[in-house]
Amino acid sequence: MYTQGLDAAGADARADSAASDDEAALLQRFQRRVDAEEKIEPKDWMPERYRSTLIRQISQHAHSEIVGMLPEGNWITRAPTLQRKAILIAKVQDEGGHGAYLYSAAETLGVSRDQLIDQLLSGKAKYSSIFNYPTPTWADVGAIGWLVDGAAIMNQIPLCRCSYGPYARAMVRVCREESFHQRQGYDIMLRLSQGSAAQRRMAQEALNRWWWPALMMFGPPDADSTHSSDSQRWKIKRFSNDELRQKFVDFTVPQAQFLGLTVPDPELRWNEAAERHDIGAIDWREFEQVLKGNGPCNAERLAARRSAHEQGAWVREAASAYAEKRRARGASRAA
Amino acid sequence: MQTERDWPLFEIFVRARAGLDHKHVGSLHAADAAMALEHARDLYTRREEGVSLWVVRSSDITASDPADSESLFEPARDKIYRHPTFYAIPDEVKTL
Ligand SMILES: [Fe+2]
Ligand SMILES: [Fe+2]
Repeated sequence: MYTQGLDAAGADARADSAASDDEAALLQRFQRRVDAEEKIEPKDWMPERYRSTLIRQISQHAHSEIVGMLPEGNWITRAPTLQRKAILIAKVQDEGGHGAYLYSAAETLGVSRDQLIDQLLSGKAKYSSIFNYPTPTWADVGAIGWLVDGAAIMNQIPLCRCSYGPYARAMVRVCREESFHQRQGYDIMLRLSQGSAAQRRMAQEALNRWWWPALMMFGPPDADSTHSSDSQRWKIKRFSNDELRQKFVDFTVPQAQFLGLTVPDPELRWNEAAERHDIGAIDWREFEQVLKGNGPCNAERLAARRSAHEQGAWVREAASAYAEKRRARGASRAA
Repeated sequence: MQTERDWPLFEIFVRARAGLDHKHVGSLHAADAAMALEHARDLYTRREEGVSLWVVRSSDITASDPADSESLFEPARDKIYRHPTFYAIPDEVKTL
């Protein structure tokens, strides 16, 4: 999902073997609390591996929200109506907010905001593969809201019950805002699919572009993802990649049918016995390439993020100077 | 001069409606308290979540240590006589 890098880096994600009897006892107590659905809070004892897994997961999630503003931000100046423009600004602003909530949650684990931002800007940090795809038409904005935010919701709802308190609380706030994102996207698709032949074609082409990348958002198939066991034992992750992907497909296919659009998968079938949709093979090589930095827009996204950061430097400096001036004034008045 | 790199962390509290307590909602970085208020407004009240904001520097909060939680809070557990349900009052006695 927004933290697919975890799956790729899964090989080293094993629980620390307990270093001492003391630690073994702490670990046992920790696991008992997690099993009892108690939340773990920042100052509580936690295994180092729990801490590092969460820092990686939450920061990757935060970076995804921040980079996720770019593909849609691209359309703010070209939205077809003033209302669509206002809606899109509100949506993109929400994503920035999601990034801010999540960076704060990561910081409670002992990493600084500046470190996290450096990791993103230096290209060291991972973010979701999905934001490395282009948005050539207005219909892509609709497809993103409908499919990408839809997939995100599927992943984020179980995270509201994650064992780490600050992450769970951030997710509750995020989920409250996501539903609007998905609905505004579907609304765009609905209008296009009821429009002219050219508009319907635009909607279909956007679905063709986003369908497979959206399915890849859930990460590698369960058979290949080695990291899950710790995350599941620690109740960070409650459903497997394939379970969430299946649920997404089952929810989304009827929504596409309602739009009169065709899901671009010739092997897609309703499996009566299993009561689910069977899908064709996902091209995991494409996924690997995008994660490695070779997707259609990886370089462009990072460059846009860096230039936004650099071009904002004077604003941050001015804010610091202004705060300093106010402090000095307050001090001289007090003297 | 303080640079952006050491902007302190502020904890944000929102009063949802007049008459309710301010409730902790999260945190953010800002150059000073005035800026923290402006950012809190954008970050935590985009959908009329509140009518009033408090911002407090995180470093100004003194928190209890989770390691002390047994000694701090468990002594209250066996004092069930502090709750009205501890007392069995005959049914005949009304409005008590
Ligand atoms: Fe988001
Ligand atoms: Fe969203």
